[in-house]
Amino acid sequence: MKQSLFESHHKAEWERFAVALERLEQGKETAQVSDFPKAYRRLCQHLALAQARGYSSFLIDSLQQQVLRGHQQLYRHRSRLGAQIISFILADFPRLVREQWRFVAAASLLFFGSLIGFGVLVYLFPELIYNLIPAEQVREMQGMYDPVAGHLGRSAERAASEDWVMFGYYVMHNTGIAFQTFASGLLMGVGSGFFLLYNGMIIGAVAGHLSEIGFGQTFWSFVIGHGAFELSAIALAGAAGLKLGWALIAPGRLTWGEALRLAARKSVLLVCGAMLFLLIAAFIEAYWSSKTSVTPLTKYAVGAALWLTVAVYLLFAGRIRHAPE
Amino acid sequence: MLEPTAPRRKAPLDTRHQVETPEGIDLPLRPAGLMVRAVAFAIDLGIRGLILGVLFIALAFLGKLGMGLGSLLLFAISWWYMVLFEVLRQGRSPGKQWLGLRVVHDDGTPIGWSASLLRNLLRFVDLLPFGYFLGALSCLQHPTFKRLGDIAAGTLVVYSERPLSRPQLPDAEPRRSPVPLTLSEQRAVLGFAERQAELSPARVNELAALLAQPLHISAPKAVSEINGIAHGLLGPTP
Repeated sequence: MKQSLFESHHKAEWERFAVALERLEQGKETAQVSDFPKAYRRLCQHLALAQARGYSSFLIDSLQQQVLRGHQQLYRHRSRLGAQIISFILADFPRLVREQWRFVAAASLLFFGSLIGFGVLVYLFPELIYNLIPAEQVREMQGMYDPVAGHLGRSAERAASEDWVMFGYYVMHNTGIAFQTFASGLLMGVGSGFFLLYNGMIIGAVAGHLSEIGFGQTFWSFVIGHGAFELSAIALAGAAGLKLGWALIAPGRLTWGEALRLAARKSVLLVCGAMLFLLIAAFIEAYWSSKTSVTPLTKYAVGAALWLTVAVYLLFAGRIRHAPE
Repeated sequence: MLEPTAPRRKAPLDTRHQVETPEGIDLPLRPAGLMVRAVAFAIDLGIRGLILGVLFIALAFLGKLGMGLGSLLLFAISWWYMVLFEVLRQGRSPGKQWLGLRVVHDDGTPIGWSASLLRNLLRFVDLLPFGYFLGALSCLQHPTFKRLGDIAAGTLVVYSERPLSRPQLPDAEPRRSPVPLTLSEQRAVLGFAERQAELSPARVNELAALLAQPLHISAPKAVSEINGIAHGLLGPTP
């Protein structure tokens, strides 16, 4: 069949396809949606024919272009985001954490190990704090948690509207740290390891110092609540980063690129979970931890309950499979 | 690093990246190089700066509440601007749209949430140690110009397809080729006729003269003869 005959045979069909394509690309409903896959496959056949018969470059290129656009519409990733998020929170995320327990354990060991280690060190050798943190920042910290001052957190006097400021600040600051900890895992895991150790060191040193100078009550009652979510989020983000790094160190029988891609698909979910934790942490930090009207004892109790919640959630949620998943 | 989706048959002259679809069709994608991507990023950076500047001025009037909203916005725009545009607008952030680029998965399908989030979170590493050094390095050495985030997320930045306009074939009497032509020869002859308008007359004559002998046509009239053969291939021959 000559090219001009072929073109005139199928011209109408191609034009209909182009119209349907345009409407799909603009996200409008089109009457031809149910016929689209069939029309697309016919177009593929025409392209193959045109190539096999040596038709002109213009025809082949324009068919190729239509096929490419059709491919992108037909194989679009349609996700039911709402349902996915709910099943992620209820089951998939804790399952993933348990599945990746090696990385989670390694990251927790690095982070909490350095936190506790430096906390104890600074408590025993108080002058060590000045080697770790600049003196100015230490003074600032002391000002914030001074029990005499009767306020808590980062700002001097907090009205209700300031809770907003702090909420925004915590979200930005903490999530930034978590993202950094994750992303730098791409450097063979070294970056994640560094950030885990470093953040553990800073938090531990501050905790040790404040306890040692007698501000322990204000400090611990402030941090215990949101710490449950915040600290575990950092550890989880670090675990995701270590997973990336491990894929590069030990790709197994895959190529580097492929191993990395597979590991990244899982670790991005871990990061999403960590992000969720941080959002909760920022909320607690801004609206609950900073309340001065609550007695420290209540705060310890609530804090302990929150830690328990996190542990139970990560360990047990999603163990039973429900039918409609 | 080899791409599993694109088995390399033979090293191509251009940078096209072939993707095989489930229908058995090879789709050529044209990956975008470092410079054009850098320009697109610079435009996006400018737009983000502008949005933040305007919003901060507006929020400054709201006082403390404004400050809280401001830092939430800073967070949202610095981490989510690219992701939202890429997922909701078929792989195009404003800068990419401007330069005719889009982000797709390795298999040519539009980018989804997890891949977009991943490639934009890992931007942090591409930025190291300063000014996109690692990203540029990776982009320059990779056959399809991927930065590290793209490698991990399995994404590609490609040129969007532009509408083609039908070329005018020069007039000539349709005729049959004196020698049987193979498929690629047919396409070459058709290509010669279709692209003639883009070439200078001297070059057209030069190319046609090369074909005169193998096609057994007279050298002085080679151009019109070849155009005739092209017409003959397209439509009915007498």
